[in-house]
Amino acid sequence: MTTLTMTRATLLKDLRMEWRSKDAINSMLFFALLVVVIFSFAFNPTAEESRRIAGGLVWVAFLFAAVVALNQTWARELRNQVLDAYRVSPAPPNALFLAKAVGNFLFVVVLEGLMAPLFVVFYELRSVGPLWQLIVVALLGTWALVVNGTFFAALSIRTRSREIMLPLILFPISIPALLGMVDATTAILTGEASPDFWIKMLAVYDVVFTAVCLLLFETVLNAE
Amino acid sequence: MKNIFVTFVALTVGLLAFSTYQGLFVAPTEQTMGEVQRIFYYHVPSAWTAGVCFFVNFLASVAYLWKRNAASDALAAASAEVGVMFCTVVLITGPIWARPVWGIWWTWDARLTTTLVLWLIYVSYLVLRRFAAGGQTQVLAAALAIFGFVDVPIVYMSIRWFRTQHPSPVMGGGENSGLDPAMLHAFFWNLLSFTCVGIVLMVLRYRLQRLEEKVEATHAAAALQGGAQ
Repeated sequence: MTTLTMTRATLLKDLRMEWRSKDAINSMLFFALLVVVIFSFAFNPTAEESRRIAGGLVWVAFLFAAVVALNQTWARELRNQVLDAYRVSPAPPNALFLAKAVGNFLFVVVLEGLMAPLFVVFYELRSVGPLWQLIVVALLGTWALVVNGTFFAALSIRTRSREIMLPLILFPISIPALLGMVDATTAILTGEASPDFWIKMLAVYDVVFTAVCLLLFETVLNAE
Repeated sequence: MKNIFVTFVALTVGLLAFSTYQGLFVAPTEQTMGEVQRIFYYHVPSAWTAGVCFFVNFLASVAYLWKRNAASDALAAASAEVGVMFCTVVLITGPIWARPVWGIWWTWDARLTTTLVLWLIYVSYLVLRRFAAGGQTQVLAAALAIFGFVDVPIVYMSIRWFRTQHPSPVMGGGENSGLDPAMLHAFFWNLLSFTCVGIVLMVLRYRLQRLEEKVEATHAAAALQGGAQ
């Protein structure tokens, strides 16, 4: 079995399960919605202000929401010892990791697509810079969060108090990526600065950490 | 081996006394900053020692994943803890100096922010070690250590860009361009003594870790025989 077929099989299985239950997407959506409403109360911004703070606001909401989904990534494989079965099977471990990461990526991208209109409505957002740059930043930034998040979720299911553990180890490592996403988004929305450096930085971050994840996942999966 | 270590500890204590004397009494008082500048002799050597500890942590983690020996893991745990301690010293002495000199306790300047993020990463490493269950701790911790180490240059690069984009309220300061030879002298003695203190603490913490492992193994063996307390 090649990595590609295994990845596709696992990914399709996850997507089908998510399509039927809609657990991850519903909890993420509701969570992000709550964050949007609470931020709006907390800052009560005007249209001009909200353009300045929107970069931070949007990404903090997505980051918190993504953690909700990431925590569920491996939990479902623990039931009925699916993960153990996977470990004894000859399937390549990285196929499992890639499938989970791509699955989470799709969930979070769908969430972002659904939430974007809400942000526009609630915060009267209008971008000065081009829209395609925002999309590039969103895709690179989401992958940066999700690839490390999927890996660290696999770490944190092995610990006591798993659900608290994930943000504790994910957030410090993600600080440069978050800084990049927030600053690039603000730069595009206000049109005052060029987001080029941040887009390059996010791309580097993605490549480096995807490599590290693929390098170490087998070790972590088989940790005893 | 034990004698060598005791001698080394004695030497370190002597060295620390000497370098403290150098820093507090021998080195000349800085003209504009005054006495508060002397914190420099503790601040910078602590930062250096923290950096050494984190580097040791990275090497030990890689060694653990490669060889899977308990010794590397104990060294990784010891160096991370000592490193976090020195990093905390850096983060506390920094604001004490900055307040009279810059007029503010803290600024989100590249070096300060990078140090803080570094501290956060290694605290999360220690938290993971504390929470990980049983025999998996070592592998999980080693994996996270590698992530943390890879992250540091990216953090520094991105925050430096972030700050050059938006000029910070406080310009200058901190740079020791053209240090007085007498100050340099005191500084290097302190650098040496702090490095030695770091090594001593790491060795002690390493031994403690190995002892704890032994105690745990003995308890486990006793429990298996049904004679556990």
